Amino acid sequence: MGNDIVIRDAQEKDLAAVIKIDADISIADYGSTVDKKAYWRDIFDYYVLRDKDKRVFLVAEDAGEVAGFIVGEARAWEFGSPLCGWVFAVEVSPGKRTHGVGQLLFKEISERLRLMGVSTIRTMVEIDKKVTLSFYRSQGMRTGRHIELEMQI
Amino acid sequence: MKLNKASLFALIAVLELASDPKQQKSTTDIADKYGVSTHHLAKIMRNLVHNGLVQAVRGVGGGYTFSGNAKRTTLLDVVLMFETLESVLDIPNDCITDGRPLVAELQAITNEIDNLTKVVLETITLETACKSAMQRSMASAASARGDRE
Repeated sequence: MGNDIVIRDAQEKDLAAVIKIDADISIADYGSTVDKKAYWRDIFDYYVLRDKDKRVFLVAEDAGEVAGFIVGEARAWEFGSPLCGWVFAVEVSPGKRTHGVGQLLFKEISERLRLMGVSTIRTMVEIDKKVTLSFYRSQGMRTGRHIELEMQI
Repeated sequence: MKLNKASLFALIAVLELASDPKQQKSTTDIADKYGVSTHHLAKIMRNLVHNGLVQAVRGVGGGYTFSGNAKRTTLLDVVLMFETLESVLDIPNDCITDGRPLVAELQAITNEIDNLTKVVLETITLETACKSAMQRSMASAASARGDRE
């Protein structure tokens, strides 16, 4: 599994690859062509370029190309929770799936967050995203102590 | 949520076989290990064979082997072979004229619960369940060793 894959911190030069992977997945999995360049630019500013003390943005490089990425951070007292790790994006290029890329990314971010003093990792996934939900479960995640509620207004 | 016996026995049998796909096990092997009815399990095994999840091995020492795709098959796939997981409110028809909004609200709540149940079962593959069970087994063994030391 993933012998030639290198996991490293994202750099400014990776932004285009991240945008492309996200766009490819949006089209392939959800048929969406929404332009999210500005969103990823902001995320890069916050997670890659600024102080990264409690933030992690990792990319998986396979044969010199970015094959996937994962983003998260350690935060305390959000929703009343003591310090915990939040993983809010993990994406693997459709052509690189089932090679263990996501697993390597998740393992590395878990370790980084653990070193920040985190003992619990959380995420939130849309109920219809079964592939992503299955991935997180395969990594050992289960329904947690927080329940997401919503209403139309 | 309470799974019916057929779903539960089917999950046990499929996970037991999927945890070691090369090994064949008889209905009696599985029934004895989990304390379930051999007769009931035999009927379930026929259903699982029909659905392609297990294969019958004939002859002396025959039994069943796992023949599905553990990475693609979810717990919900197995459960839906035996039940629908749709909660039904058992309310007599002649009572609901004035109580329709309340009954509709109760039905909406049970639907919400059903949907959550289905999502959980649908996002756990047989492979993931087997892996988690193996980790439990290893943790339990490590704990037992720790107790002895």
